Amino acid sequence: MKIGVVTFPGTLDDRDAQRAVRIAGGEVVSLWHADANLHSVDAVVLPGGFSFGDYLRCGAIAAQAPVMESIIDAANGGMPVLGICNGFQVLVESHLLPGGLIRNENQHFICRDQKLIVENVDTPWTNGFKLGQEITIPLKNGEGGYIADDETLKRLEGDGLIAFRYSEVNPNGSVNNIAGLRNERGNVVGLMPHPEHAVEPGFGPDTPLAMRSGIDGLTFFTSVLNQVVNS
Amino acid sequence: MPKIIVEVMPKADLLDPAGKAVANALQRKGHAEISNVRIGKRIELHYASTPTDAEVEAAKQIAADFLSNGVIEDVISVTVEN
Repeated sequence: MKIGVVTFPGTLDDRDAQRAVRIAGGEVVSLWHADANLHSVDAVVLPGGFSFGDYLRCGAIAAQAPVMESIIDAANGGMPVLGICNGFQVLVESHLLPGGLIRNENQHFICRDQKLIVENVDTPWTNGFKLGQEITIPLKNGEGGYIADDETLKRLEGDGLIAFRYSEVNPNGSVNNIAGLRNERGNVVGLMPHPEHAVEPGFGPDTPLAMRSGIDGLTFFTSVLNQVVNS
Repeated sequence: MPKIIVEVMPKADLLDPAGKAVANALQRKGHAEISNVRIGKRIELHYASTPTDAEVEAAKQIAADFLSNGVIEDVISVTVEN
């Protein structure tokens, strides 16, 4: 089971994403932005960071990279793709997911353990969750405010394409508390918070049981491994 | 050097934090006559020779598809400057 993790210039969380894949039991393949070859991976993670220095717009230049042409083709063919934070911005700039992400409403960079509600479990990245489950994973972004026009929002809500919503606190002013989306087919999921930072006891968010014991993010990666094994 | 100048602005109804911060500073400086500031981008595309009509059309396409994101920004102008 091979999961590709893409590195663009300025990507920060590729190593954590690779570690998350390994802890979940998958084999990691490093993918490089300038190499259009996907090296026979079964799924792809676009990790967080500041690809190309956030020049032009967050994710805009990365969306034009050679590796993205192949990923867009593969995603349209049904391959599971997960975009985290800057990876979500790349998915939006690649038109694999609709809408846009703008500067946080309060103009601050926000870093916190964030509660989310799982709104959709019919995707390869979320099938291990229960519908309506509350999870806690870290969030860290400056431009995470999700926006879309009214028609798109109506479609997202009507067709069940919202994968995650912020719970208790909306940290960035996202419309309808949207934290993450899926595409029509379900294989492409993007979210601003970081599941790869909550996969190993001792290094995750605090829980009522113990400090830093939260591993809610691991389910993203075990979900896709189960899905690919069973398909 | 011949250029094509592309101007991009954040959509009017979206928060422009950079513009807001500058507007606040101007208010502090006593410029009560300035009610709002919005900040966009001017992007210069340089050409070795005067761009042809087809190249201008290509630049308009680049402006719409890559230099701006229609969800959050508007292309204000694409103009040739020799």
